Amino acid sequence: MAIDSKVVARAAHLARLRVDDSETAELSARLNDILGMVDQLQQADVDQVEPLAHPLEVSQPLRDDRVTEPDVRDKVLPLAPASEDGCFLVPRVIE
Amino acid sequence: MHDKTLTELKAGLQAGDFSSRELTEHFLERIKRHDGELNSFITVTEEQALRQADAADQAIAAGDHRLLTGLPIAHKDIFCTEGVRTSCGSRMLDNFTAPYTATAVEKMAAEGAVMLGKTNMDEFAMGSSNETSFYGPVKNPWDTERVPGGSSGGAAASLAARLAPGATGTDTGGSIRQPAALNGVTGLKPTYGRVSRWGMIAFASSLDQAGPLGLSAADCALMLQAMAGHDDKDSTCLNEPVDDYLGALDQSVDGLKIGVPEEFFPDNLDGAIAENARDAMRELEKQGAKLVKLSLPSIKLSVPAYYVIAPAEASSNLSRFDGVRFGYRCENPTDLEDLYKRSRSEGFGAEVKRRILVGTYALSAGYYDAYYKRAQKVRRLIRDDFSRAFKDVDVIMGPTSPETAFKLGAKADDPVNMYMADVFTIAVNLAGLPALSMPSGFINGLPAGTQVIGNYFQEGRILNVAHRYQMATDWHQQAPGGFA
Amino acid sequence: MSHSGNWEVVIGLEVHVQLATESKIFSGTSTRTGDEPNRHASLIDLGMPGTLPVVNKEAIRNAIRFGLAVNADIARRSVFERKNYFYPDLPKGYQTTQLAEPIVGAGEVEVQLENGDKKVVRIHHAHLEEDAGKSLHEDFHGQTGIDLNRAGTPLIEIVSEPDMSGAEDAVAFARKLHSIVTSLGICDGDMSQGNMRFDVNISVRRPGEPLGTRTETKNLNSFRFMEKAIALEVARQIDVLEDGGEIVQETRLYNGETNTARSMRTKEDANDYRYFPCPDLLPVMVSEEEIQTLRDELPELPDARKARYIEQYQLSAYDADLLSGSIATARYFETAAEHGGDAKLAANWVMGELAAKLNAEDKDISDSPVSAEHLGELIQRLKDGTISSKIAKQVFEACWNGEGSPDRIIEAQGLKQMSDSGELEKIVDQVIADSPAQVEDYRNADDAKRKKKIGFFVGQVMKATQGKANPQQVNQLLQQKL
Repeated sequence: MAIDSKVVARAAHLARLRVDDSETAELSARLNDILGMVDQLQQADVDQVEPLAHPLEVSQPLRDDRVTEPDVRDKVLPLAPASEDGCFLVPRVIE
Repeated sequence: MHDKTLTELKAGLQAGDFSSRELTEHFLERIKRHDGELNSFITVTEEQALRQADAADQAIAAGDHRLLTGLPIAHKDIFCTEGVRTSCGSRMLDNFTAPYTATAVEKMAAEGAVMLGKTNMDEFAMGSSNETSFYGPVKNPWDTERVPGGSSGGAAASLAARLAPGATGTDTGGSIRQPAALNGVTGLKPTYGRVSRWGMIAFASSLDQAGPLGLSAADCALMLQAMAGHDDKDSTCLNEPVDDYLGALDQSVDGLKIGVPEEFFPDNLDGAIAENARDAMRELEKQGAKLVKLSLPSIKLSVPAYYVIAPAEASSNLSRFDGVRFGYRCENPTDLEDLYKRSRSEGFGAEVKRRILVGTYALSAGYYDAYYKRAQKVRRLIRDDFSRAFKDVDVIMGPTSPETAFKLGAKADDPVNMYMADVFTIAVNLAGLPALSMPSGFINGLPAGTQVIGNYFQEGRILNVAHRYQMATDWHQQAPGGFA
Repeated sequence: MSHSGNWEVVIGLEVHVQLATESKIFSGTSTRTGDEPNRHASLIDLGMPGTLPVVNKEAIRNAIRFGLAVNADIARRSVFERKNYFYPDLPKGYQTTQLAEPIVGAGEVEVQLENGDKKVVRIHHAHLEEDAGKSLHEDFHGQTGIDLNRAGTPLIEIVSEPDMSGAEDAVAFARKLHSIVTSLGICDGDMSQGNMRFDVNISVRRPGEPLGTRTETKNLNSFRFMEKAIALEVARQIDVLEDGGEIVQETRLYNGETNTARSMRTKEDANDYRYFPCPDLLPVMVSEEEIQTLRDELPELPDARKARYIEQYQLSAYDADLLSGSIATARYFETAAEHGGDAKLAANWVMGELAAKLNAEDKDISDSPVSAEHLGELIQRLKDGTISSKIAKQVFEACWNGEGSPDRIIEAQGLKQMSDSGELEKIVDQVIADSPAQVEDYRNADDAKRKKKIGFFVGQVMKATQGKANPQQVNQLLQQKL
């Protein structure tokens, strides 16, 4: 499944990565190399096989419903590129 | 002092031959002297190290000897360490001071370890040569024109050059074992779920596992003893008892059944590499182990399966780096879209972006079944191959890496060729098994490593096998010249 | 605009129910609301690098409770997946939710319509997920502030089948769900606070034709708004179609103040959410024993409560439905009935005076200034003849205005009914003596007319006693003496 610059642009948009036109050709070529290698998967006969998401098939441990996490606002807000009045700041969001 | 193993240094501290402060100052001094050449550390935490060393000395004076009391350890810069920059080798986190500490690091600190600093790595652990780091490549101490492997390249190189006596790493597709092999040190990737992932910046959550790198299997056993164990904060960290790894080291290997998969010795494998691994197995045969030929037919698909699953998980795991709450933000974003796109494009390097794109594509509508789901099915086949094999054998062995350290830049423009560096290590992550790499000789003056794979939670067994091997050989005691 | 011919309306609901747990679904952070921004945003909720989720047991149990209440299949194994998209109120860049293997499977709910008809609305499934944070647009001089206190609050999303054919069905279904989750105690149910959020999928078609293109209307924070919004959207779609236009699949935002809706974003730029199983979490396994225990512990549900009201209090089906519908109303009613010793009177007061007053002041029954105990007390005084029903309304009013308990008000304002017949007799005699013309007129009338004419004397007596006389007693005395 070869991918072209349009597919690359679509994936880049979904991943919120900016890919300049100058990079697309090179990037498409690299991605095609990778996907070419990955396409070996199509050889496998897996019709009767269940997908495996985790190596150890165990179940989710559940936590008691208790408040254990402290207020860390004063510690984490300084890590933010922009904050004000206890909020993280971003350019205006239009809904 | 620096030629001693962690185990020997521990004995020295207990005997009062030297203090933790002396030991720590000695390694800090060596880092200052040699790391300009190697670039194995991103951050050296001198003040904190000396404070911890003094505390350790007081503990020792009070008779409080824990597993790692007073021993200097270098942590991979993928582990969050409160109050210390945690960059993950990325521009994205160059300004990120972690607000908390990873469980693995905390457990080692609780056992008295002294943190020397944070080691260099491939950006977000994506790489096999340490060339994708925002902080520049690490040099291999055996030949500084060559790569140290990756992604835990800084950890392995700092150990080989004796800038640290013990180190932590993480292994998603071979990131502990391959650099261990390329630097002539021992590195262990535990069973998935053996060491908590809390505080370890995620690359591919279902594959990532933290583990130790050391100068010997015994050193790795000592560090793992401290790192391993259940953690309520990681749902995937198993509540299994932690074995006595140190106590199991000396067991005999008489009668041990070693599986030798034909897939680890393909026709196109470098003859010297194959011979090196066979020599290692012969050494164990001398001690009574039996070699059993076997086949793991599905592992030939492990690299393609891995390069779907790992990028897919990574594409999602790395979405949180959006320039809003922490990390890099571009200058003067015009709107939200611009903020996201420029922050991420400027903050991430080329390889990380490639993998995000591959993962995004593999998960997108219309391709999910062909790529992601299919890769997960292949993953089951691979795991089942191993499970079948472990009915007949105790451990599985082969070369860790298909080649010794390659020249810097040799593969930088060829990602697929670079991915093949992990051809023997990747299947182990897909199956979630424990495996280690131990030094097994030199090819043209460069270290080669042999991989020992165990069944689930058999860390004690593979450490024991490596330890017995190291009792009979001295490859692990060799150090590169030029770092006196 | 009038519409030609028959149109069929097809409605399905997606309902987000905030679970009333102490802590968030994947972190031990408080779910409290109303505090300063980001005071309840822990390292995990913020998506700090290296942090990991652990599932809250109570969230799982609450989802199961809901499933049991709507007779749904409970999945023995359910899987959390990641829904990937970028938004500033979504810290990790994905929402952890369920898709292929939700915890609650198909179920159904029976609703009662005003005309007495019953209707079954099928539930497609319900799944667990985390809520997002909030974007604040005010006070940030042209920028947007992000508050993540709500991020990670547990939700169940209930997805109905498109079984509703109008606003009445949809609102009845929504009310029923509200009643179920509040009866279960798994949700606070305050729609104005977003505890329960209803998104309505609406399409119209000519009878016999395939389903039309649907739109989704959001931001319906009361049942009244839901009803209006549906009417608005149905009319809009029919207008568009009758004008030869096409319905665009889109999300519409309803504004209750202006009763208008606008398109939020068309699905043209349809996101590709790239769902996949969350690798940080493992499948949630639920045992038969656990399900059985939860089933055994289920509280009384609205249908059972309604049946009990009919049986125990001899209420009509309609009254029983109204009173049992909301857990708050039911609790209020039962308390008032118990304290007043008369369920029918209590029912009348709760649905009458109280409902009118609450409605007029836009208050919730749980915030009623007259407590259920006080209403019970009032009913008792009414029953034992201490006050008349007219005075009772006055006492209720005073009680509503915070003047104290009914007994205190009756005492303080001297509203006790005049039960001393000697004193009353004197007043009756006085009224008769003061109105010779009316007495004459009365005596000359026939029986039928007398019944009307006696009203004048009753009024005079009540006036003289400031309404404290027992009207029946007054009537009796007047008839004797006239």
